[in-house]
Formats: sequence, C-alpha cells, structure tokens
Amino acid sequence: MDFVKPTIEYAELAPLLIVLGGACLGVVVEAFLPRAVRRTVQVALATVVLLAAFATTIWVATDLAEVADGAARGLLAAEGTIVVDGPTVFLWGLVLLLSLGGVALFAERRIEGGVSAFAGQAAALPGTEAEREVSTRGWEHTEVYPLLLFAVGGMMLFPASNDLLTMFVALEVLSLPLYLLTGLARRRRLLSQEAALKYFLLGAFSSGFFLYGVALVYGFAGSMQLAAIAEAVRNDTGNQGLLLVGMGMLAVGLLFKVGAAPFQGWTPDVYQGAPTAVTAFMSAATKVAAFGALLRLFYVAFGSDRWSWQPMMWVIAILTMVVGAVVAVSQTDVKRMLAYSSVAHTGFLLTGVLGVQGAGELADGQVTSLQAVLFYLATYGVATLGAFAVVTLVRDSNGEATHFDRWAGLGRRSPWLAGAFALYLLSMAGIPLTAGFVGKWAVFTVAMSAGAWPVVLTAIASSIVAIFFYVRYIRIMFFAEPDVGPDGHPGEVASVTTPSLLTSATIAAGVLATIVIGVVPGPVLDLASRAGDFIR
Amino acid sequence: MYSLSEAAHQVPVIEPSAADGTFSLLWLVIGLPLLGAVVLLLGGRATDRWGHWLGTLMSLASFAVSLLLFVELLGRDEGDRSITQHLYDWIAVGDLQVGMDLLYDPLSALFLLLITGVGSLIHVYSIGYMEHDPRRRRFFAYLNLFVAAMLMLVLAENYLGLFLGWEGVGLASYLLIGFWQHKHSAAAAAKKAFVINRVGDIGMALAIALLFTTFGTTSFTAISQVSGAAEEDTLTAVGLLLLLAACGKSAQVPLQAWLLDAMEGPTPVSALIHAATMVTAGVYLVVRSNFIFELAPTAQTVVVIVATVTLLWGAVIGCAKDDIKKALAGSTMSQIGYMMLGAGLGVAGYAFAIFHLITHGFFKANMFLGAGSVMHGMNDDVDMRRYGALRHAMPITFLTFAMGYLAIIGFPGFSGFWSKDKIIETALAENWVVGVLALLGAGITGFYMTRLMLMTFFTTKRWKDDVHPHESPGVMTVPLVVLAALSVLGGVLLLGDWIVDWLAPVVGEAPHHEPPLPIIVITLLTVAVVAVGVAAAWFLVGKREVPLTPPQDVSFATRAARADLYGDGINDLLVGRPGTATVRGLVTGDRTLVDGVFTGGSSGIKAVGDLLRRLQNGFVRSYALSVLGGVLLVVLALLAVNLA
Repeated sequence: MDFVKPTIEYAELAPLLIVLGGACLGVVVEAFLPRAVRRTVQVALATVVLLAAFATTIWVATDLAEVADGAARGLLAAEGTIVVDGPTVFLWGLVLLLSLGGVALFAERRIEGGVSAFAGQAAALPGTEAEREVSTRGWEHTEVYPLLLFAVGGMMLFPASNDLLTMFVALEVLSLPLYLLTGLARRRRLLSQEAALKYFLLGAFSSGFFLYGVALVYGFAGSMQLAAIAEAVRNDTGNQGLLLVGMGMLAVGLLFKVGAAPFQGWTPDVYQGAPTAVTAFMSAATKVAAFGALLRLFYVAFGSDRWSWQPMMWVIAILTMVVGAVVAVSQTDVKRMLAYSSVAHTGFLLTGVLGVQGAGELADGQVTSLQAVLFYLATYGVATLGAFAVVTLVRDSNGEATHFDRWAGLGRRSPWLAGAFALYLLSMAGIPLTAGFVGKWAVFTVAMSAGAWPVVLTAIASSIVAIFFYVRYIRIMFFAEPDVGPDGHPGEVASVTTPSLLTSATIAAGVLATIVIGVVPGPVLDLASRAGDFIR
Repeated sequence: MYSLSEAAHQVPVIEPSAADGTFSLLWLVIGLPLLGAVVLLLGGRATDRWGHWLGTLMSLASFAVSLLLFVELLGRDEGDRSITQHLYDWIAVGDLQVGMDLLYDPLSALFLLLITGVGSLIHVYSIGYMEHDPRRRRFFAYLNLFVAAMLMLVLAENYLGLFLGWEGVGLASYLLIGFWQHKHSAAAAAKKAFVINRVGDIGMALAIALLFTTFGTTSFTAISQVSGAAEEDTLTAVGLLLLLAACGKSAQVPLQAWLLDAMEGPTPVSALIHAATMVTAGVYLVVRSNFIFELAPTAQTVVVIVATVTLLWGAVIGCAKDDIKKALAGSTMSQIGYMMLGAGLGVAGYAFAIFHLITHGFFKANMFLGAGSVMHGMNDDVDMRRYGALRHAMPITFLTFAMGYLAIIGFPGFSGFWSKDKIIETALAENWVVGVLALLGAGITGFYMTRLMLMTFFTTKRWKDDVHPHESPGVMTVPLVVLAALSVLGGVLLLGDWIVDWLAPVVGEAPHHEPPLPIIVITLLTVAVVAVGVAAAWFLVGKREVPLTPPQDVSFATRAARADLYGDGINDLLVGRPGTATVRGLVTGDRTLVDGVFTGGSSGIKAVGDLLRRLQNGFVRSYALSVLGGVLLVVLALLAVNLA
C-alpha cells in the first residue's frame, strides 16, 4: 500500500501550531535553563507565542475564502480533521485574548510578596520540612506556562475539530493541563489538591461517556466525520436508538465541560480550590472552547435532527439556570458565588444554543443563535476573567479573603477596585450599558424567535434571582459596615493588595471592554456576524 | 380633512430661506452670552475682578448683532423675512431627526431686540446694584445664562430647540431667584418656581411628543405646512398642552403662585424675569404656535378664559400688597394676562399681544429697576408703608418711575395706552364679556398702580429712623432714563399699523371686525375707567394717613387679596395634598406589597438554595452519581421525545 503524504494547510493552522510549538518549547526551556531566569523566559515566551498566534489568527481571518455562497467562510484543513472557518477563528481570537489575560495573572508576583500564586514544589507534601525548604528558597513552578499553552492549544483545537476523534483528543489536551494547574496552589494546598483530584476523576468519568458516545455514533453513521454523520442523520440509517444514546453520551461529555446541571458538581469545588489565576483563565477560556465544540457538534453533525435533541437541551438549560442562580444565592464565598454564577451563565448560553440557526428564519437585522452565543461568550469571558482577577487582590493575613463578610466596606477603602468588581457583576447581571446586557439580549431574542419561550421565561426569572446575589455584593462592598466581633473590636476585613501592572492592566482592559461593548456593541456584534456560519 | 386654503383662518406657512451674508451671524446672538456664562462659571475666582464687565459686554454685543440683523431684515422684502440657520444635526435617532436649527423672522427679531436690549440695560444696572455682593461675578454668569437660554427659546426652529431654551430659562431662573441662597425664603421661592414650572414643562414635553407622533417632526416650518391636515381633536389636545406649558412659564392661573415668591431674587432678576424674559415665553409660545391654535378653536377659547381670569386675579392681588415688588409682581401677572388674551383672540390679537409684550417690557423693566433703586436708598426695605414722599429724595428715580406708571395705567399718549387699548378693543370686538372684563382690569390697574405711586413717592414720610434715602449712582439711573424714554415712546411701533404689518408674515392678517362701538368711544371709555381707578386710589390712599402696620379689620376681599387669593391654598388642595397622599399610598404599597413579595421571594429562593447546596457535599462519589443521573436524564429525554 502506498503511503500518501497528508496535506497540511500550514498557513491556516499557523495559530494552532504556534501555540502548541510554543508549549513544547516551554518544556525545553524548563529542562535546560537555570532556575533563576526561567520565569522571565517562560512569561516572555508565553506572551510572545500568544501574541504571535493572535496576530496570525487575524491574518487568517482576513484571508478566509468564502464557501456556500458566502454564508460561511473557511476551509477544511489537515485532511478534513480540522475546520478553519469564521466561528473557529472568532473563538481562537477570543481564547487567545483571554489566555493573554491568564498569563498576566499567572505572572503576578507582587501580591504574594515576591512569589507566584503557584506551589514551590507540587510534589512536596503539605506541612512537611520539604515544603518549608522550598518555600524559603522561593522556588516556584514555572511549568505552569507551558501547561497553560498546552491547554490553550487544546481549547483552540476543540471547537475546530471536524471529527469526533479529533474532538476527543482536543478535549483531553485541554483538560489534562487544567487538572494539573488546579492542584498547584501555593496556599491552602490540600484544598487545591483535593479539587484537582475531583476534577480529574469526574473529568475522566465524563470523558468515558464522551468516548462511549463516539463509539455509538460511529456505529450509527459508520464515520467519525461530522459531515458524514450529518449525512447519515439526514438519511436515517434506521438505527435510531444507537444515534440517540450516542448523541446523549456526547452531550454529557460536553455539558460536563461547560458545567451544565446536573454535571456542575465539580465547578464550585474546583473554582474554589484552584489558584485564583487558574480559575480566572479556566472559567473564561474553557467555557468558550467547550461551547464552540458543543455548537459545532450539535449544529453541524446533528443539526438536521435538532427536534430530537432540542427538548433535552431545554430541560438541561432550565435546570442549569435554576440550579446556578438559586444555589448562588446561598453562597458566602465569593469564588463559589462566581462558580455558581458561571453555571447560571452556562444555562443562558444554552438558551442561545436553542435559538434559530438558519439565516433564512431570521428577521432583518437579527443575529443567528451561533452569532448570539459567540457574542455572549465574549462578554462573559471578559467579565469572568476580570472578576476573578479582582478576587486575587482582595486579601487578608491568610491570603485571599473570599468570605463575603470580609468584603464589607471595600468600596470605601478601595473605590476603584470595588467599582471595577461592581461593573463586572453588573455586566454578569445583564444591566443595560454593560456588555452583559447586550449578550443576554442577543441570546434571549434568538431563543424567543425559535419558540423556546419557557426557557426564555426561566432565563429571565433566573436573571432576576441572579441580580439579587450580584447586587448583594455591591451592597456589601459599598454600603455595609464591617461586622463587629464578640470582643467589641471590628472583625478582620480584607484589604486590597497593590498588584503589579500585569493584573491592573488585565482588570482595566476588562473594564474598558465591558463598558465599550455595552455602549457600542456594534463592532463586536458585527465581528460575530461576519464570522458567518459553520462549514459543514 | 380640508386643505389649507379652505381653513377657517388663513394660517401663514413658514417658508424660510437659508441664512447667508449678515444672517450667518445669527448664532452669535445666542453664542455670545452663552460664552460669557461659560467663561464666568468655569473661570471661577480668576474672573471675579472683571466678570461683571464681561457679562455686560457679551449682552451688549449680542444686542449689537441683533440690531444689525434687524436692520438687514428691514431691508428685505416682506415675503422674504424668514431665515433659518442650520448649525448641526442635534438628534438623529430612527425617525426622530432634529437639527440644531435657528429661525429668524419678524417675530423672533422683535424678541431678540427686547431680550438683548432690556437685558443689557439690566446688566448695566446690576453693575451698580450688585456692587457690594461678594458673588457678583456668579450673578452675571447666571444673567448671561438666562439671556442665552431665552434667546435659544425664541430663536429655535423646532419645538425641541425651544424646549432646550425653555428648560434653560427654568434653570437660570431657579439659580437667580435663589441667588441669595443663605436666605431660607429665597431658597424656598427658587424651589417653588422650579417645581411649578415643572408642571408646565410636563405639558410642553407631552405636546412635543404628541406633535412628533402626529406629524413626525418637531420643526415649525414642517408643522406649519401640514397642521391643516391633522384632526382638530389632536390639535386641540396639543393646544391645551401648550397652554399648560405657557401657564407655567407665564404665571397664568392656576400655575401663577411662583411669581410672587420669585421676588426673593435680587431686583434686577425680577426685572429680567418680568420684563424681558421668562414670563413672556408663554406668550411667545402661543403666538409662535399660531398654526396650531388657529385650527383648534376650543384651545383658543380656553386661552382666553385663562387669560381673563389671570388679568383680574393679578390685578386684585396687586391692590392689597404692601411689598412694592409684590405689588409689581401682581401687576405683571395681570399684564401677561392681557398679552395672553391678545394671543388667545387669534389672528386679530397676535400682533397686539406682542406689541403689549414689548411696551410692557419697557415700562415694567423701568418700574422694577426703579423699585430696586428705591430699595437701594431705603436699606433694602420693601414695605411701602415705610416709604412716602420719596419724590424729593430720589428725583430721577421718581421721574422715570412716573413715566412707567403713566405707561402701565394707559395714560393717553404713553406706550401702554396704545398697546392695552388695542387689546381691549379687539376683545370687545370678538366677545363683549371678555372685553368688559378686560376694561374692568384696566380700571383696577389704575387703582393699584396709583396706590403704589402714592405710598412710595407722595404722602408723608414714614421712614424708619436709620434710613437716609438718596439717589442711586449713575450706572443705575442711566438705564432707568433709557427705559423711561422707551416707556413713553414705545407707542411709535403702532404708527401706521407698523407692528401689525411687520408681524403679518408670521401670524397672518385678520379680516377687519367692526367693534360694537366706535373706536374713539372705546378709547374714551377706557380712559374714563382708568380715571375712576386712579381717583379711587387718590381718595382711599392719597387723602388719608397710611398706617404703619396693615390694618386688620379689613374686608374679606382684602384679606383674600393679601393672601394671593389663596393661590397657594388652591395649589396645595389640587396638587400638593393629592400628590402627597398618592406618594404616601405608593410608599405604603411599596413597603408592604412590593417589598413583601420581594423579600418573601428572596428568602424563599434562599431556602431552596440552602436545600440544594446540601447536594454539594464535597464527595466525588455524590458528584459522579449526579453525573450518572444526568446521563440517564439526557438519554431518557432523548428517547422519550423520539421514540414515544
């Protein structure tokens, strides 16, 4: 048998290749450079790699050929395993920007007094002599940067994969580094390690379902290619049960990643246990990537069978919003609150997934649900990254002060930072003139025009409940006095540590984006609609 | 639907040409005083030393430009005296396209001269009057702002631009009435003026909205061309709303109560509010909207009723006031009533309304500034019972004030004689009841103005011990002399029916109505009625001793007039108490019902949340079980939908 050399579209895949290549280079750096210079080199490498990837993404975006009569733009690359189309490029850009913020937060050293937020040596048992020694030497794990790059590579491949196996590989590539990063907190290490293990176990569990789904769908369609599956679904090979169960299993794998109920169990524990910088990066970027993959799988492969899966999505969306919003009300820890809020946002995004898909069903000037979800992801990603970045700065003598009592009166002590946090919360709550409002508006309207009014009603009700717990934080920060302890002295309150330029720039950029997108959503909406449709 | 030519009255259509040549300076008329206000307000203390000069200069420069434009306009053909200037696109939202456009036509030309002319004299006067006030610079900034806003009001080409000026006037009046904010009464008066004006502003805002929904535009030009096509009910509604707005600004019943309290401001402010600006805005609005009112006879009738009530109301109040400024304020209310009456009489009366507005601008500014001069000499005492025989102490003030006095009572030959007479004449021709009431008002005017005159300048000295009246400085008396001259000579505008012809392109020409009596008879009758009023004052005030404290054993009518005819009580009853009651009710409803649902709902949700969070027990096995449950849910949902 002749070996045919596969054609690889290097130009179009450049952003992906740059990121993965940079990650490999990072490993080499880790192995060969002395400890003293590693951090500088790694941070510089990661930044340069992400910037280069972002630049090439823009270049690729401007250069995509139109297909399907201009409804979509892009091409199938790497022998049809990867699609580089409008949505892919949009998501790449978004993931890369969020990762840049992530690198900035990873590299922050000033707030921990000169060391990073990551453990000095992950292998040293907490509370032992070894750990103390590592700590006194001021070591840190600079492997986090290559790990982040690997995760970013997986996140970029995930929504771009055009067959189920590639998608599975991407899922694992993005997940494994995140499991590791979760366990690397410098403080509260047991909590961090516990979170990592939970995340790993449950992730593996759900991956198993995903893989099983791959097998079943292969059994139904006889192919891993999304287009071939779509073809088989249209022609109905007669084995409906195989398809439905397979579809369900695939859905479970993806819904786990986006944190939909009842697969949300890991979210609060992992968000709380992971180093906050990791949480910021992971909560924003993972959701972007996983929703990209979810949309591609369900729109491209199962799009013609949407009446089969939409009722199931309705149930999941409603359940997710209700669980996210209601449980968030009783949270007293800011990171857990944000985790549940992220669950609620998953529900809102799923609402968008339920919207109308075809450009033919749209009113003039309306966006498709794909575009609405892409836009929402942008607004949500920015606000979440920014909010967690703020959390890293609010500290007391034990490190980050995440209990909400500690935040009392923060608005008076650090009005600017509290103002930024308030703005992020308002954006998440969907208050007009913030980015979140436009995003919510977009996903609700597409779902409404698709007739999913029970979901939209639940979404609106959950939004109202969500406003309650967001605004409660604003009230605590600006209008509450710190509690008085039993001894008559005021309880300890958190104060804001002055960060380096890295964190401040990330927060400021997020604030700016949230306001600008909220006031003039046009350009970003335009970008999302220019992304066009998926290539099938 | 009827076409314009078939309309009951010929409504002139505004067809302006674009501004060119000298007319492109139009924006400067507003721009200069506005610049003055901005510089003085932002410049802060650095401008303290020369701020009053800058303010006066800006006002004078604006007057110069107005005069230049007026002369240019005189040189144009009668049909070509409407000019617009498009400054920039102001609002462009969907269907709502509003330009920052100015309209300069015979009507706004007269207003420009009045506002900037009298306004400048008031500026000059204030240099002297406010000399010792530490916040003089700020005062001039507000004066400039006031003038700029009023100019915006009369120059705007659309209702929205007019509204901008309208609100600007409201703001500036608030700032100026409450200028001596350290006085509780001044702060309260400013608040009162502002709040009552807001009631009128509601009418204005609703009228604009209704115009926009009806015609799709707020431009005078556009609406004047299509107003005939609208239903009469709509136009009546617009007219009534505009009248409500006019009542607020022009202090017509029932929104008159703020005017008397507004005397708390420095006297030049009273002059500015009463003579050149603010209160004339309502009259301007009605005249400018002639293309609405002409087609809405019901609204016109209501204007006439309101105006007649107000002219008597103000006159009665003026009779009982001992505070010189409040007596003058009552007279303003009454005179504005005359103007409104003229405006309500339609095409026949518009020109005379404007004529009276201008002459009133002269003589009322004259008298307010004169009153200010008197107060200046009497240590800011306003009680006429402590005046008397001031004609020797302040000869210039006395003489100029006398000119204003003769003008307002309508002494033959003085400006007020011509203008008021014309309105009474027209009223008699249109409706004799209204005409007779207007005539009666003229008599009362004669009474209260003579009373004021006698108590201030004649009778015996009743000065307080430490008061040494003296004539005011030149910077204050020169404006008085100028205004006195204008009060005497203002009637020349009527020579050869000049003002009627001048305004005809804007307000239309009336078909001639024969009055029920020959004009000379009406004139003699008016003079006779006024003479009765003057004589009554002479016998009741001039021939008797004026007690130092107001006598208490007086008739019900006097008591009522002293209490502003219970205007505040009426306001309180009609608006204040129902408003308070509504707010109380709403607060109670909010506390119990809304808050109850909200707090009940949120604690309910929190309870559910607390329940649900127990599922979050931290054990991986439970989470895995939940995932497994989810798998079942997903698969069963898929199967149930598809295989059922």
